[in-house]
Amino acid sequence: MAAVYAFKPYNVGRWVIWSAFALILLCAPLLFRSNLSQTMLTQMGVAIIACLSYNMLLGQGGMLSFGHAVYTGLGSYMAMHALNAVGAGQLGIPVSLLPLVGGVAGMGFAVLLGWVTTRKSGTPFAMITMGVAELVFAMSLMFSEFFGGEAGVSGNRVTGQAFMGITFGPQIQIYYLIAAYTFVCVALMFAFTQTPLGRILNAVRDNPERVEFIGYNTQRVRYLAFIIAGFFAGIAGGLSALNFEIVTAEVVGAGRSGAYLLFTFLGGATFFFGPIIGAVLMIIASVLLSELTKAWLLYLGLVFLFMVMYAPGGIASLIMMNLRVARFGKLRQIWTSYLGLGVTAVVMLAGAGAMIEMVYHLQLNSALGDVVRFMGVPLNAKGVDSWVGAAFVLLTGIGLFELARRQYMHEWGEIQAEIEKEIKRRETAV
Amino acid sequence: MEFFIISMLNGLSYGLLLFMLSSGLTLIFSMMGVLNFAHASFYMVGAYVGYALTGILGFWPALLVSPLVVGACGALFERLSLRKVHPYGHVPELLVTFGLSYVVLEVVQLVWGRTAVEFQPPELLRGSAFTLINHSLDGLRLVWGAAPAELCSAADAAVRVVCSPFPATRAFMMLIALLMLVSLWLLLTRTRIGLVIQAALTHPEMVEALGHNVPRVFMLVFGAGTGLAGLAGVIGGSTFVTEPAMAATVGSVIFVVVVVGGMGSLSGAFLASVLIGVIQTFAVAIDYSFLTLARDMGWVLSASAQDNTFARLTVSQVAPILPYLFLVLILIFRPKGLLGTREG
Repeated sequence: MAAVYAFKPYNVGRWVIWSAFALILLCAPLLFRSNLSQTMLTQMGVAIIACLSYNMLLGQGGMLSFGHAVYTGLGSYMAMHALNAVGAGQLGIPVSLLPLVGGVAGMGFAVLLGWVTTRKSGTPFAMITMGVAELVFAMSLMFSEFFGGEAGVSGNRVTGQAFMGITFGPQIQIYYLIAAYTFVCVALMFAFTQTPLGRILNAVRDNPERVEFIGYNTQRVRYLAFIIAGFFAGIAGGLSALNFEIVTAEVVGAGRSGAYLLFTFLGGATFFFGPIIGAVLMIIASVLLSELTKAWLLYLGLVFLFMVMYAPGGIASLIMMNLRVARFGKLRQIWTSYLGLGVTAVVMLAGAGAMIEMVYHLQLNSALGDVVRFMGVPLNAKGVDSWVGAAFVLLTGIGLFELARRQYMHEWGEIQAEIEKEIKRRETAV
Repeated sequence: MEFFIISMLNGLSYGLLLFMLSSGLTLIFSMMGVLNFAHASFYMVGAYVGYALTGILGFWPALLVSPLVVGACGALFERLSLRKVHPYGHVPELLVTFGLSYVVLEVVQLVWGRTAVEFQPPELLRGSAFTLINHSLDGLRLVWGAAPAELCSAADAAVRVVCSPFPATRAFMMLIALLMLVSLWLLLTRTRIGLVIQAALTHPEMVEALGHNVPRVFMLVFGAGTGLAGLAGVIGGSTFVTEPAMAATVGSVIFVVVVVGGMGSLSGAFLASVLIGVIQTFAVAIDYSFLTLARDMGWVLSASAQDNTFARLTVSQVAPILPYLFLVLILIFRPKGLLGTREG
């Protein structure tokens, strides 16, 4: 059969998007100059790599892992030990390449542990990853030579020869190192989705039986994907080791693995860019939200529950669905419902939030007096009127939200039907 | 000898507690295909509800009521949340229960605080069920309840007497678990609803066509499974500690039990729970390392080998990772689990 030669135009959209991504990475620290925002941006870069590598399993391979922190965490440890070896003069690697040490370590552990975990898929896979994660975490308390016990392992990233004046001492230098890694890793991971292995991985997720029929070993496909994900996870771990200059046992803990899962899913596992949104949210939530309110884990859990129930594609799918509506010029019909939904949701959340904050205040800070400030309003946590008021706001919010939701669902259904019709019409026109 | 018997009984009672949890988990899994990630959270809720109700009603009514409360919560969760996600497939179902475990943990900490609460077993269960007396002359003897002091001490210094009591809460735990095991078995095999459940396991459409409300059966099974977890919670909470971390401690172990026993196999779950319970209890009590072994065998080790971390590690230090090692070994050598029938 003769090869088919087709004219391939430059994919302009792709160039625009990737240049914009590079530009954002370059300019972000210039726009947000404070110390806090620079550390947050640095952490975001690391989290983006970690969440994308996690999505290689969850979104692209359908493998729900509860133990991804094992690979990021062990990557961190190995990079930190390598850094200390560099500092002691035993190892001649420039500091900027240390994350690759983490990556190779993550890959090595994925080769070792993934061989056991990827023998299964679906629910058993999830349970086994969890067991392996517990195994590694329990070991971290046993082998204090490697894991550093309670205190962890710390190091100093300003070591070795400075290259063109770059010592990685100042935060901004480590930011640009991480930004460069982030850009390259995101590009590589995107490229992976386009390779034959990436495509067959999607097929393994959707219908493993058919993949076996066309002659692939699904177990090996999962294993290979797991190893590659482990490599990128290890790079993320190595970068975070350089960033914090300390690694403690909690980086391999179940909490960290759970966070990767939670935020990758919130961002959206069905689209490639979803986990990037999730990673940004992860840092915002764990740094800013946790400062703002003590109840942030509760809010997070509730948001996650409702997301799984009502928008299983995450934020990315919400964006893409509305982009589709906008492309067909229907956004104008529905924006009033969005406004209604938004306003009623704010009312409802204000009521619920006030009650939750008052309960937390009573439980944790009752020594500080009875008054809790919520959104600028002083509330008396022991007063009947503030409870009645909050309950009233909550109930009104729920009622109005339900009305707005019904109206919205109705309009949304109509618009989707119209769009389907339009697509059919265009197809027949062609 | 008495060390062996007491440790064995301790291990058995711990294993039976694990079985109380894993049986509900297995039941829900084999019925609905849902791995209830929040199962251990329901165990924790059971302990806390039991603690709260003990303050109001007393221990024995609380033992009856709290499983019902927890079961009702579980059924409500199935009805309101899990059923909505069911059409999307198994992974979102697992995720919804994962999200629930976060919410439950936060709510429990919100209501009862972040430190352990003092959940004491009732007066009747506080003592020991029986005491083993090992007399170096008279041999091994069993005394019900606590042994009187004069039996445990010898006037003659040459006579060695060791008293090993077995706590009543542990005995009670075993009793309840065995009762539960028997009644569960009777319910599933001898009653009409049990037959419907068994049929709905394999042929849900057929059962629905015969006029049974399969979603409601699912809801009942979920409620019953979480109720069992709640019962285990009351007993486990009063025997061990009632604290927010108790869900995480036991949660991963029961997943190991379910995989090791074979996904969806109730008898496999029983075997695996007892095995893991016994192994872990014995490992915790054994203070042996490779070094002591080498010394006992008369081997001479070099100084560097004596300093080796692996050589100095005692069995009791390794105990926490034994269930997970067991899991890995089972997966390598028998991927379908001890008594499982299907490859996952």
